Amino acid sequence: MRGSPKRGALLLLIPAIVFILLLFLYPFGYGLFTSLTNADGSFTLANYIRFFHDARDLRTIGVTLGIAVPVTLLAVGLAVPLSYHMRRGVPGEKLITFFLIVPVTLGTVLVSEGMLSFMGPNGWLNQLIMALGLSSKPIQFTHNYAGVAISVGLQGFPYAFLMLLGYVSGINPDLEKASQMLGATKWQTFWKVLFPLMVPGIAIAFCLNFVMAFSVYPSAVLLGQPSGPQRVMALAAYQWAFEKFNFNAASAISMLMAAIELCVIIVVLAWRSKMYKGASIVGKG
Amino acid sequence: MRDFKRISVRRMTKRFGEKTAVDDFSIEFGKEEFVTFLGPSGCGKSTALNCITGLIPITSGEIYIDDECIDDAKTSVSPEKREFGMVFQNYALFPHLSVKENIAFGLRLRKLSKSEIERRVSDALRLVHLEGYGSKFPAQMSGGEQQRVAIARCIVLEPRLLLLDEPLSNLDAKLRVELRYELKALHKRLKLTTIYVTHDQTEALALSDRIVVLKLGKIQQIGSPQTIFSDPANPFVADFVGYKNAWKGKIESLKESGEALAASVRTDGALIEARLNYPKDDPRRAPIVAAFKAGASVTTAIRPEDIVVGAVPGSNTFRCVADLVEYQGHANSVSACIKGCEEARVDMHSVSDVSFGEAFEASVDPGKVLLFAGEEVTP
Repeated sequence: MRGSPKRGALLLLIPAIVFILLLFLYPFGYGLFTSLTNADGSFTLANYIRFFHDARDLRTIGVTLGIAVPVTLLAVGLAVPLSYHMRRGVPGEKLITFFLIVPVTLGTVLVSEGMLSFMGPNGWLNQLIMALGLSSKPIQFTHNYAGVAISVGLQGFPYAFLMLLGYVSGINPDLEKASQMLGATKWQTFWKVLFPLMVPGIAIAFCLNFVMAFSVYPSAVLLGQPSGPQRVMALAAYQWAFEKFNFNAASAISMLMAAIELCVIIVVLAWRSKMYKGASIVGKG
Repeated sequence: MRDFKRISVRRMTKRFGEKTAVDDFSIEFGKEEFVTFLGPSGCGKSTALNCITGLIPITSGEIYIDDECIDDAKTSVSPEKREFGMVFQNYALFPHLSVKENIAFGLRLRKLSKSEIERRVSDALRLVHLEGYGSKFPAQMSGGEQQRVAIARCIVLEPRLLLLDEPLSNLDAKLRVELRYELKALHKRLKLTTIYVTHDQTEALALSDRIVVLKLGKIQQIGSPQTIFSDPANPFVADFVGYKNAWKGKIESLKESGEALAASVRTDGALIEARLNYPKDDPRRAPIVAAFKAGASVTTAIRPEDIVVGAVPGSNTFRCVADLVEYQGHANSVSACIKGCEEARVDMHSVSDVSFGEAFEASVDPGKVLLFAGEEVTP
């Protein structure tokens, strides 16, 4: 299928290229430039140096990773077995999918507001827990780490699940039969056949979820303690930009966020290529 | 491999809701036998195969290996413990594993030593003529090569029963024939008890010791390729093995003529004479005489290649008009209408010079005409 495309066909790429230039490369380049200059517009590394010397800012890296990594692992980790069990369809699949999509369509703010009242000290959840005698006093789900993690997880999980469901239901069902006929139990078939074939999907789902979780902002503000334990990188960048009006410092934080995300993605993709060799090999079947 | 003498399938039935996919299926496989399930798509042949493997649970019936019951619908030995091997139409190779790793998959599960695995994998590769392909990945190979890997992956485990589900159907015509030869050679050499599923009568005839013809989940006939080909049990089997001309008619007379029976059949378009060779001591003769009384409804079946152009003395001769002529290299295939009759059509092969719209005479030897009781006409 890979011939040299006709010259006219290349013109079709122009809208996409313009789109990428305007909406991605230009802002990114501008941000990079801003982070490397001071208010007068002359070149400096001070914005970065400042960040690493400011203990309050520096710890946002740990805080953000502390939310993003476990939440992403949990979301993808739950999506793998769930999508595996639903790969041939289950009764009520449409309904399950519907309820998973809803939090995504509602948007972060509405979900967070809902969680504040539902999971708050006087919310239904705590009333239920106390009525069942599971706890004598309300459990704190909001304005702490748990609140942020649950909110971010709720937003990310549907993406991971739907993506993996598409992936695993696309795997030829005869592969499972073949594995079983060769003597593998269901468990062995999962680990030796299905899981390796799901690895590319898992890697992509992890990357997307991680990036979304890492740039967490509204959840941290609404459901966490934004001034202290849940002061995430995005929040720090916001404060520098719109409370201290130092766009150069804010840009540097944004660039560091991008760099950390990139590092994590590289690690995940390296894991993927170690686990799955077949993907890079094409040829006729 | 645990040794055994025979595998018996007794009254195996599989229902999906209201639909019966496999109906009261009974057969016994001898060790080293090559048995083919033959039938059109949707006849239940693949379902029957999957039921025998245990991949599809059966609704009722029993499966035995000698005296060991492996399935009686209530309790069943799971597929991975039956020591059967299966080859799939779409190869079903593991795309993330190299050829070597694919073949070693089952050996690794059996926890054999590294050197033993190495030895058996390279033996298997040699057996399917794929030496040097060990480190390739399935996506880098042609369909024929992939299917050989799939076969190697099975036989390396020395299964008690090898099941092949339309293994050649995804290949092009040339490869199909090549791999068919190889399968036959492999069976001669390894003597693995084999069940082969196909819709292709040529494959069935070429490979099998016995053929099971299926229709709508029911066994129509079990017999050697020779029996199935020349003595089909009913119009369905006849149609499936090439008796393309099936005409309804009524017996006009049935006479004894020496060792044979001579029947005259009035069909819509012609009077057909059939000579049925049942010697006097043949136990099938009496029921035939009883069934083919004058006035009885019958179906005649004639192979296209048994019809010749021109009037032949002592043969059934009828006037036809050619309405479809297909060039097929060595000869033409002609579909013709028997003159003065809208219904009856003649299909014939190996006809050299008939052109569209031409009227001509065609003949068939009475000894080549099959007769079946009843009016059942093949689909």
